[in-house]
Amino acid sequence: MKMELIQPFINAADAVLAQGLKSPISIGSLSMEEQTYRRQGVAALVALSGDIEGRIIFDLDPQTAVRVASRFAGSELPESDDLIRETVCELANQTVGNAITALNDAGFHFRVHPPVLHTSEHGMKGTEDTEALVMCFETSIGNVFMNIALRYNLRRQGERTAAAGS
Amino acid sequence: MEQFAPVRRSKDGQPVRYLIVDDSVFARKNLARMIETFGGQVAGEAGDGMTAITEFERTNPDIVLMDITMPQMEGIEAAEKIVRQHPEARIVMVSSVGYQENIVAALQRGARHFVQKPVKPEVLYEVIKYVLGEDGSVAHAAGAGV
Repeated sequence: MKMELIQPFINAADAVLAQGLKSPISIGSLSMEEQTYRRQGVAALVALSGDIEGRIIFDLDPQTAVRVASRFAGSELPESDDLIRETVCELANQTVGNAITALNDAGFHFRVHPPVLHTSEHGMKGTEDTEALVMCFETSIGNVFMNIALRYNLRRQGERTAAAGS
Repeated sequence: MEQFAPVRRSKDGQPVRYLIVDDSVFARKNLARMIETFGGQVAGEAGDGMTAITEFERTNPDIVLMDITMPQMEGIEAAEKIVRQHPEARIVMVSSVGYQENIVAALQRGARHFVQKPVKPEVLYEVIKYVLGEDGSVAHAAGAGV
């Protein structure tokens, strides 16, 4: 597990949730997954390509998503499928955006793809060089799951090493 | 949601008109609610850069709030195209991706400012006042204030 890749996402999720929900967040569980990912509720996937490749999945049950949206908006919002999907996608978008800002400042360059709904029961399987971490953020209005599977782009890493040595 | 002293257009005292560009409806709604608390008015919305250009032509807004990562055409490219045609356009980039080269690219291509998501209303309010400059004025209505 390469924490230098994972930590920015944990920090970003913590910051985005704490600011949007206006309440403290705690990490309830954290585990490495070698099995394929099993979706908990409504999930959004953000893909990264560049020096680091992989994907981040945000996963909330629908009721939690409505409560999160209402907290972010500052008023009660009526439940709808669109609202639930939008909330999960925007949560993923904001967290990943903040995390890659930190990683970019550390010298990594990559492209973020817009979030897409992850509708299949399973996600990508972690491989030998792809860390897959599942963590649960416990909030006052429900649990938010984040699944991270990232790896260094070995071709890019080789180019960076060669450039540094030349 | 917190209320702010309304920001009006100096030339006619009318509400500032905004074009909100973001591929997330959720994000657009949140920004629209903030704008209401600033005393502003949503002139139009767009979910991608291409639509943003046509909506700008249609609505001629005072300020554009523009996301960066969007399908079809990204926000920085859309900002550049708008400013090329309308050098007076005031575009504020609003994005979760806030690293320096992104910000510099946006500013070099005509954006006036950058606000990172998650957006804090008090930050956006100050940025809007700054970007409007003398073309905006704060109406000190009774009961309103930060």
